[in-house]
Amino acid sequence: MEFGVTKIASLKANGVSIDIPVLVQPGQAPDTVGIAIGYGREKVGKAGNNVGVNAYPLLSVAKGIVNYSVTSNVDVKSSEIEYKLAMTQTHQTIMGRDIVQESNLKEYKKNPAAGRHFPTVATADGAVGATTLSMWEMRERNNHSWGMVIDLNSCIGCGACVISCQAENNIPVVGKDEISRSRDMYWIRIDRYYTSDMSHEVAEKENVNLVDMYHQMEDPSENPQVVFQPMMCQHCNNAPCETVCPVVATTHSSEGLNQMTYNRCIGTKYCANNCPYKVRRFNWFRYTENEAFDFHMNSDLGKMVLNPDVTVRARGVMEKCSMCVQRIQEGKLNAKKNNRRPIDGEIVTACAQACPTDAIVFGDMNNGESEIFKLLEREHKKRMYYVLEELNVRPSVSYLSKIRNTEA
Amino acid sequence: MQVTSPVRAPLVTSGKKLHDVTNDICKQVEGKPTKLWIVAFTISVLLLLYGCFCLYKTWTVGLGVWGLNRTIGWAWDITNFVWWVGIGHAGTLISAVLLLFRQKWRTSINRAAEAMTIFAVFCAGSFILMHVGRTWLAHWCLPLPNTYGSLWVNFNSPLIWDVFAISTYLSVSILFWYVGMIPDLATIRERATGISRTVYGALSFNWSGGAKDWQRYEQVSLILAGVSTPLVLSVHTIVSMDFATSVIPGWHTTIFPPYFVAGAIFSGFAMVLTLMLVTRKVFKLEDYVTVNHIESMNKIITLTGSIVGVAYITEFFIAWYSGVEYESYCFINRATGPYWWAYASMMTCNVISPQLFWFRKIRRNIAATFVISIIVNIGMWFERFVIIVSSLHRDYLPSSWTMFYPTMYDIGDYIFSFGLFFTCFFLFAKYLPVINMAEVKSILKSSSVNNNKS
Repeated sequence: MEFGVTKIASLKANGVSIDIPVLVQPGQAPDTVGIAIGYGREKVGKAGNNVGVNAYPLLSVAKGIVNYSVTSNVDVKSSEIEYKLAMTQTHQTIMGRDIVQESNLKEYKKNPAAGRHFPTVATADGAVGATTLSMWEMRERNNHSWGMVIDLNSCIGCGACVISCQAENNIPVVGKDEISRSRDMYWIRIDRYYTSDMSHEVAEKENVNLVDMYHQMEDPSENPQVVFQPMMCQHCNNAPCETVCPVVATTHSSEGLNQMTYNRCIGTKYCANNCPYKVRRFNWFRYTENEAFDFHMNSDLGKMVLNPDVTVRARGVMEKCSMCVQRIQEGKLNAKKNNRRPIDGEIVTACAQACPTDAIVFGDMNNGESEIFKLLEREHKKRMYYVLEELNVRPSVSYLSKIRNTEA
Repeated sequence: MQVTSPVRAPLVTSGKKLHDVTNDICKQVEGKPTKLWIVAFTISVLLLLYGCFCLYKTWTVGLGVWGLNRTIGWAWDITNFVWWVGIGHAGTLISAVLLLFRQKWRTSINRAAEAMTIFAVFCAGSFILMHVGRTWLAHWCLPLPNTYGSLWVNFNSPLIWDVFAISTYLSVSILFWYVGMIPDLATIRERATGISRTVYGALSFNWSGGAKDWQRYEQVSLILAGVSTPLVLSVHTIVSMDFATSVIPGWHTTIFPPYFVAGAIFSGFAMVLTLMLVTRKVFKLEDYVTVNHIESMNKIITLTGSIVGVAYITEFFIAWYSGVEYESYCFINRATGPYWWAYASMMTCNVISPQLFWFRKIRRNIAATFVISIIVNIGMWFERFVIIVSSLHRDYLPSSWTMFYPTMYDIGDYIFSFGLFFTCFFLFAKYLPVINMAEVKSILKSSSVNNNKS
């Protein structure tokens, strides 16, 4: 069955019945139903009118207080009516890959690099670190070197970074239909992975063959752990996207940014295909002045929310995280006007600014006084790692491993 | 120069004489279009018109009319591109490589095969232009002087190598095809009257048929054959590098160049057979394209099909042997994941079906050959689909994994290429000599049934 396609169920409680699509969520306790309230509004304007189903009629009011917990006389009946839920992520598990590296407090106390994976490649002289070999010479970075560190321990998966990035960078709203076609335009996304009962270790112990192992890895556990991982352009220093563009529309800046030249882009999509992180976004349609996308960019009033410092992209071009290059440029100019170097914390990306837990730290990795410099110095060979380090793409974005406060 | 053995079966049957050859081939050009031709041509034009409508929508609305998404940036577009380029290869192989190897049986089929090459490259080219988000700027892929501080193309990009490879291939193929046709165009001119005499006269560049003309013609043919031969290997090698130089598991494969070249010849020969079996029937050319020709081509199909089969198995071995997590998952997913049906179709059509040609009865059976030639081309389409889509849809980060669902425009734009191809092919078949008369005549003496009387 196509992923996201589900059935409409009729849910009866409190003497009222509503029809609502069902999503079986890993980790949801048996015999329970969870519904988000606040949907199905009618007088809120085009953003909210008739979106979803209003669940309030199911609730009862006692002594002026809404009782959100309904425990008796609940009846769920599945119908045969199919319904397609729009989801940005349609695969649930991490498939035994070292993308999110994690450990627990007990192990971490013994070894700050607990749970870390150090990829190696085989050479004639034995195994060496995956990033020690290169066909390319690294460019010198004498001025700034912008980078980002994301602490997976702090990320709570709230999505504030996603929305602030969308607002800052004029990212088009594409609507439900496009999301269900896997065409979200977010420059930063929150990847969410459930744990699975199957792993390489379990397969080895129980003699499960590769095919069955991978198939079972797709199923989340009955009661899974969850990890969140903010993912955006990693601004690779050996960027796979840059070499394949036929018209040099995506290049590397002397400050470590992987930059898109929108007006040079002809839209071959080769860069997006060759991106191991799948963070590049293509303008499938003209999202402005288009009746089919009647969101904020289709009216004069709506367009007032656009950021004048950021180009609105045309149909047929590729876009992606720029590390808020407009803010970097503004910060550098302000510093220059005052005849000084930019101060750490003066330039901050939209995602880092919005993060309520400070999980995202942005800054100049060449500045010895910066928070990011100190953080990287402290966590080097400990919690700090690069996603897909074995590819030797040398990202400017690094992650800090997740340490769970558990004993085992 | 050409050594023949009386033991060998004749290449041209029914005791055709020199004048019969001229009559049999020119008859099609000079006569009124047959009913069958009109019907076939009308269908082709209708397909083309419907395709043009879909193409118009694709270009005016945006690539969003296709089923592509943020994870799968290429699907039917590049599948079709590689498929058509591959089909083209047989023409070049037959006309260039087989010429250099003095394979006389090629003379009856080289003209149509070369025409097929050119039209297939047209179709392939149309997908290059289609898959680009801003087609109106596609010329930026050419290293043209410009006012952007003279901004050049990225010579590191395999897509730029593609641009050079395909454009070279197209120009050399057109040149080779046209030069080879000049003596035959002159033959038609000599028999024509009125306006067609003027037209074919102009097309034949005032060919006089003198010894000097023939000497130059032979020289140019040989030089062009020499130039074309490396193209048979280089074009699909470069196309394969679009994938081989990337970092995507399932694409990043060093065996791609030889594997793609073998696959290209495989599908190309299948397409030549499909077309020639119909043409020989419709135009009554059974004496020129004989069962021996068909058998020879079927042998090449079996050989290249087996090479492709070995390549498939090698990929699996390397995926396991490399010990790379992503690589081994990619291939397990290919065979057992959501696209298993595409993989199974590919294996059945490409590896198993051509093995039937080990039986002499089957490879000399016209109906069986026709069916298998179509199966092979279906299989080769699936091969490219499997490589492109099944590799992209589940690459490194499982969060982005998704599926590809084609839309009516994916299908419509594919139909466009069929419309284009068959419209061109039917125009060629009617208005130009489908068999190289001059070259067939050259082998008549040594390879005809009544080789002493002509």
